[in-house]
Amino acid sequence: MIKFLLMVNKQGQTRLSKYYEQVDIEKRPSLETDVVKRCLSRKKEECSFVEYKDFKLVYRQYAALFIVVGISDTENELSIYELVHNFVEVLDKYFSRVVTQIMFNLDKVHIIIDEIIQNGHIVETNKNRILAPLLALDKMAEAH
Amino acid sequence: MPAVSKGDGMRGLAVFISDIRNCKSKEAEIKRINKELANIRSKFKGDKALDGYSKKKYVCKLLFIFLLGHDIDFGHMEAVNLLSSNKYTEKQIGYLFISVLVNSNSELIRLINNAIKNDLSSRNPTFMCLALHCIANVGSREMAEAFAGEIPRILVAGDTMDSVKQSAALCLLRLYKASPDLVLMGEWTSRVVHLLNDQHMGVVTAAISLITCLSSKNPDEFKTCVSLAVSRLSRIVSSASTDLQDYTYYFVPAPWLSCKLLRLLQCYPPPEDGAVKGRLVECLETILNKAQEPPKSKKVQHSNAKNAILFEAISLIIHYDSEPNLLVRACNQLGQFLQHRETNLRYLALESMCTLASSEFSHEAVKTHIETVINALKTERDVSVRQRAADLLYAMCDRSNAKQIVAEMLSYLETADYSIREEMVLKVAILAEKYAVDYSWYVDTILNLIRIAGDYVSEEVWYRVIQIVINRDDVQGYAAKTVFEALQAPACHENMVKVGGYILGEFGNLIAGDPRSSPLVQFNLLHSKFHLCSVPTRALLLSAYIKFINLFPETKATIQEVLRSDSQIRNSDVELQQRAVEYLKLSSIASTDVLATVLEEMPPFPERESSILAKLKKKKGPGAVSVELEDGKERGELNGGGDRGGDAAIAASNASTPSPSADLLGLRSAAPVSGATPSAGSLLVDVFSEAGPAATSAGVNDDGFLSALHAPEASDSPLVEGPGDSDSAPPTAASEDPAPPLPESDELLNKFVCKNNGVLFENQLLQIGIKSEYRQNLGRMYLFYGNKTSVQFVSFNTTVSCPGELQSQLNVQTKTVEPLVEGGAQVQQVINIECLTDFIDAPLLNIKFRYGGALQNISLKLPVTINKFFQPTEMAAADFFQRWKQLSQPQQEAQKIFKASHGMDTEVLKAKLLGLGTALLENVDPNPENYVCAGVIQTKAQQVGCLLRLEPNAQAQPGEQMYRLTLRSSKDTVSQRVCDLLAEQF
Repeated sequence: MIKFLLMVNKQGQTRLSKYYEQVDIEKRPSLETDVVKRCLSRKKEECSFVEYKDFKLVYRQYAALFIVVGISDTENELSIYELVHNFVEVLDKYFSRVVTQIMFNLDKVHIIIDEIIQNGHIVETNKNRILAPLLALDKMAEAH
Repeated sequence: MPAVSKGDGMRGLAVFISDIRNCKSKEAEIKRINKELANIRSKFKGDKALDGYSKKKYVCKLLFIFLLGHDIDFGHMEAVNLLSSNKYTEKQIGYLFISVLVNSNSELIRLINNAIKNDLSSRNPTFMCLALHCIANVGSREMAEAFAGEIPRILVAGDTMDSVKQSAALCLLRLYKASPDLVLMGEWTSRVVHLLNDQHMGVVTAAISLITCLSSKNPDEFKTCVSLAVSRLSRIVSSASTDLQDYTYYFVPAPWLSCKLLRLLQCYPPPEDGAVKGRLVECLETILNKAQEPPKSKKVQHSNAKNAILFEAISLIIHYDSEPNLLVRACNQLGQFLQHRETNLRYLALESMCTLASSEFSHEAVKTHIETVINALKTERDVSVRQRAADLLYAMCDRSNAKQIVAEMLSYLETADYSIREEMVLKVAILAEKYAVDYSWYVDTILNLIRIAGDYVSEEVWYRVIQIVINRDDVQGYAAKTVFEALQAPACHENMVKVGGYILGEFGNLIAGDPRSSPLVQFNLLHSKFHLCSVPTRALLLSAYIKFINLFPETKATIQEVLRSDSQIRNSDVELQQRAVEYLKLSSIASTDVLATVLEEMPPFPERESSILAKLKKKKGPGAVSVELEDGKERGELNGGGDRGGDAAIAASNASTPSPSADLLGLRSAAPVSGATPSAGSLLVDVFSEAGPAATSAGVNDDGFLSALHAPEASDSPLVEGPGDSDSAPPTAASEDPAPPLPESDELLNKFVCKNNGVLFENQLLQIGIKSEYRQNLGRMYLFYGNKTSVQFVSFNTTVSCPGELQSQLNVQTKTVEPLVEGGAQVQQVINIECLTDFIDAPLLNIKFRYGGALQNISLKLPVTINKFFQPTEMAAADFFQRWKQLSQPQQEAQKIFKASHGMDTEVLKAKLLGLGTALLENVDPNPENYVCAGVIQTKAQQVGCLLRLEPNAQAQPGEQMYRLTLRSSKDTVSQRVCDLLAEQF
């Protein structure tokens, strides 16, 4: 299963974190720092899967944005790697400039992630359906 | 796409976020946040009721602040209020806040539950989804109790919207994981399984996670899912690349769903139904075929998605391990990936091939890729890929390629990354032993290992080479010659000196005929290394020297000279000093015959599987991968009797009781000498007490050093040769026992009644050493927690508590330790103890930490006993008897008569009585066989004088030997407690 998803910038600051396994709030920053350190230090030619403690990290870089997913050994690394891309494509479809926009629309990014992953499992991969609730929401906002 | 307005119209929020982003320093950010928190707090507390919009805005700000990593301790109530709003955006922010910030134990759960109940019955799909998300995210027991009955109904109802079904499936999964007892599938089982047939791919994707989890827990109930999964998979695999519309990803139909279906099938054996099986094999073949077809897109996403399915299909093929044709095809496919330019694929291929190597059908096919893998080991730029290559080489090794693989691994070791050296060393050692055809090759390999990576050669490895050399007489001469040559190097690793010392001490005579390696040359060579070595090695060398005296009488004078020198006989290290003294004495007073008996060649070790394997398994940690591949086949080539006592052996050596088995000297046979030697003070006691069984649990002698030396024997000692450990020794894995003290903790406590230092506890992960000192009514104890693994312990936490009335009797203070213990590291904790008044119970020490995710929870009794506060009192016979008479009231006396559990060695008894803390009074008791002692127990409240008399009937037959122990003191509880404690010691 998926343990957590982090969006981190190049400086290692967490932009968004989503946990699917209980991790104490006070322990999250140190976990995130550690995880990010391991991924950020890697070179392009190194592989995108990192063994970390008793699970694996799958990470993917988009310009200045890193997305890191922690998974247990029951997940397929490549499929998670592409899930990240699918997620980014959804963000891309919705926001015009992903990196700055997500900062101002954390709630929407959360909605998107919740449509893709629920409590550690992939629930939807169809981009249109992922965005449907958000678009409905925007319509309601416009109607006001 | 509509233009996205910043912050959904919440201008205040947008401004706040901009402010934060413009902060130049952390301090500025904190200041701005504190200002905002104060503002929000005042708004929430204000008299004016806030409208929904404002509440939403402030809750949003709190959420943002939280996501920046700051603690939020208010606003929960306002978020709960938002849940009952009819406006979607407000409700949604409320749920978002609660999902992120409310943990399972919150008291607000009841209020939240009410809001959820309303939303679930609202029949508004978006509200229902929000509510289901929230249940899944919080997942507490109270929520499970409230909704576990309702959700399956929503999941399978015909009129439920697809999106609600998806959320319901995963919500149910969460509840099932958290509280399986509350989620009763029973009547729903078949309808849930049939969700695999649902028209909607999204529903299938969500449901399959639930079904996979339920299947792995109750495979029989859910086995109908196999045929449904196969037909679903078949439809996806055979569909054209555009059939599935939005579920097609870069021309690959439903890649994620395919992976999940293949993963679900791995919960079951191959289908029994021929038709189903045929269809599945067809699917797998199609997937393998597609890998060979030209790609439909040049995009990496296309090939990644395709390969994700391919790897999952290969996993299933390996899981079935029954279709030779598919296994070989899988292997060939992976072989192609080994040379792919994508690092990710090479990594996954190596990993996957590692499991393939253990199948009898594909082992040979895997072996054909050896050159590629060796090349990967040499040229990959990523250490994790190199590590996989090393794993694979290890897995594919057999008799036919062992020499090549071992040679490659050895040469790789010279440049290998530090992080994987130790594991590589273990692997080389195991392979060398397992596939050794001639032992000279084995000896060469291990000595090379020590030469190249000496620092990473653990004790197990060099113990093992010694065991094997001792057990095989055809290799002893070669081994002696080789170590002699290896020692010629001006700078050789200390491990080499250890092996060299041991082997020359045993078999130096086999090469002594050559004048170039005459006895004196050998001795001088060894001794030239002596001063550069650590204490344990020096101790080993001293033992080698005394063995030389027996092997080569002509070296006696030279060696005695060395032993006699001040640097040995007055060495500040007691162990070295003791050895020097004893060996010198032994060599001068014992006749040649006695010497020859005492210093006889070591008898063969019991044949058993190498403990190195156990060490490797342990190193892999809890997330272990398959290192046991070949356990079944071709095992124990070298040492015929291949029982799998490895784990047990480790466990036994961890038990830390000094083993009664022989030291280098074979002290068991030295027993007669110990009688002949006049007792030279208590120093001698511990060595000679080894002779008999007396010392086994007496623990007079388990300072770290000696037990370290005993370890090679201990791990092979007959102690673990129980009849039961033939196949799978039960893993002595760290217990997950809850807090009550370990059953053996009383026994551990007893070990420390008569001594202050030693190893209190040890398991596979953790070792706890103790050093303590006491003065008057005060004590200070140093606890050393050693992490025996290579993985760090996290959340390491220890607490010392005084249960019950002990609280008022002892004052115990301690500082917390660092929460992180790195692999191989040791942390120290100081405990200050003040004895307020006499006491019976011992303080409890609880240790909690996480090792690879699993919580370890160990409770022990801290060896603080009342006798630690004894001050010895010397007195003459007359005084003693006068006081004895004064304490003649019945309650002042405690007496016990008990059987001797150990021998009645005078020196051992004396050492224990002194260790108790009392003064041992000579010439007081008219019967010289008896022992009397006196001491005063110092507590803050009072001093309690204590007299003791121990009467053994030493003349009785062993087995019938008894003691009578009498305690008299001015306080009845003290007499009783000291009597109880001491009675366990003999």
